[in-house]
Amino acid sequence: MKMNGKVWKFGNNIDTDAIIPARYLNTTDSKELASHCMEDADPEFAGKVEPGDIIAAGRNFGCGSSREHAPIAIKAAGVACVIAHSFARIFYRNAFNMGLPILECPEGAARIDTGDELELDLDEGIIINLSKKEKYRAQAIPPFMQKLIQAGGLMEYVREQMSAGE
Amino acid sequence: MPKTISEKILAHHAGKSEVFPDELVEARVDFAFGNDITAPLAIEAFRRAGARKVFDPERIGIIPDHFIPNKDIASAAQAVALRTFAREFHLPWYFEVGRMGIEHALLPEQGLVLPGEVIIGADSHTCTYGALGAFATGVGSTDLAAAMITGRIWFKVPPSIKFVFRGKRKPWVGGKDLILYTIGKIGVDGARYRAMEFTGEVIDSLPMSDRLSMCNMAIEAGAKVGIIAPDAITEEYVSVRAKRPYTFYRSDPDAVYEAVHEWDISDLEPVVALPHSPENVKQVTEIPETPIDQVVIGSCTNGRLEDLRAAAEIMRGRKVAPGVRCIVIPATQKIYMEAMEEGLIEIFIEAEAAVSTPTCGPCLGGYMGILAAGETAVATTNRNFVGRMGHVESKVYLSNPAVAAASAILGRIAHPGEVMSK
Repeated sequence: MKMNGKVWKFGNNIDTDAIIPARYLNTTDSKELASHCMEDADPEFAGKVEPGDIIAAGRNFGCGSSREHAPIAIKAAGVACVIAHSFARIFYRNAFNMGLPILECPEGAARIDTGDELELDLDEGIIINLSKKEKYRAQAIPPFMQKLIQAGGLMEYVREQMSAGE
Repeated sequence: MPKTISEKILAHHAGKSEVFPDELVEARVDFAFGNDITAPLAIEAFRRAGARKVFDPERIGIIPDHFIPNKDIASAAQAVALRTFAREFHLPWYFEVGRMGIEHALLPEQGLVLPGEVIIGADSHTCTYGALGAFATGVGSTDLAAAMITGRIWFKVPPSIKFVFRGKRKPWVGGKDLILYTIGKIGVDGARYRAMEFTGEVIDSLPMSDRLSMCNMAIEAGAKVGIIAPDAITEEYVSVRAKRPYTFYRSDPDAVYEAVHEWDISDLEPVVALPHSPENVKQVTEIPETPIDQVVIGSCTNGRLEDLRAAAEIMRGRKVAPGVRCIVIPATQKIYMEAMEEGLIEIFIEAEAAVSTPTCGPCLGGYMGILAAGETAVATTNRNFVGRMGHVESKVYLSNPAVAAASAILGRIAHPGEVMSK
């Protein structure tokens, strides 16, 4: 899968309280959650993000709570992919389960800035920075996660198992 | 091959003779649960998948605790979703208001999470049960939905990091201080995707409530699990509560660790984590005078009876400082009752603290103690991220219950010894 998008850059240890503050967790409505996406890191974000944009961040993106509302809010805000130096483990898992593409790329995370135009090849894990005329290689998506993506997410995978068992 | 406790538990649940770090395994789940924030999404996914039954009603927990008792109409609707689901699938471990507690205090207390088990919860602090010698980890709602259907979950086997605590704890230094000290040393991603194994003579003599506080915050170092090998202290705690048979596993002496940290903590004073990260750890004696507006004593980290006893010891016969609100939240109904029988609740109310029914409320900025812009709190909770307890311009200092109580009395962050010497 290939995509192009414009970057919004964040720092290290962006926690799930910054991605979607707990005061909005009394709903599961994805549009409502999207309207508060990244609010405590950048209150303007939900108003300026456009479909197909990319979030780039530093170390340990998505640390803190297990709330799946975090990847839901990011995805529903129109963000096409999150690139980070590294991801917190529950967020990493949730993103794949939800079908939100993410790429681990320390080099890219260090070089990419807000406003950069990127071209992503998710299958190959290649990030081309069109603005800076640079190319970064992200860590390959593990085969099992690729299987989840191909199935269409974890629940599709489970549904396949359920029908196989009947 | 020699193995760690985490590897042994995973191997057993994956039906394999042994597993290796970074290997992907599918493991049987002994208990799976969610709360009023995470279960609604799991229930939606469960229904969308067309599931008609859960894998085993006895092994699923539904615990409304975050915005419960209902803080507003939307939270009430989420509570209804949980209640309806629990009724429809005849789930015995649904805990209604009046019978509930904060999940990570409630489930060990009820003997529903046990040594040697694989436990998943749609809440990051599920790692608490590592204190019992379980492989317990937080997952998202979709993982919970899948596990409720299949009774299974996939894991990447985490490499283990061993932490050896040597020496003797000073007075007022507890499990909360040990884990904050550890996070201060290795950072909030210092154990990312790893199993943290806590050992050494300090752990050998550490009471269960302190062990639970320690393992509770393993996630704050990015860990998948925090785990302590079960022993006589575990047996004493578990044997009178267990709802199922359980198994003790221990790491082999020559098991392979990715890293080993060995620290002598004999000189360690109680610590606090300064805003806005659990890794900003300083000894209480090292920080400049810090006036406070609010104190919260409670949460899944420090809302147990032993925590309330420590706070009450400081507050007995004293008053909360003028201008400070002190909120005490026993973590379960049982703890609340025992605290009342021991006279602790009376001590808190005489000290002019507010005592609440169990709820996660203020810890995550839900309700029952939200901070205004510019306000500062000392809390026995687990996270002090920007905006965690309210306004983005508020501040939270994390501490143990004795430090929180001493701070409430003096109106500034204080060492418990300072209050007790007056």
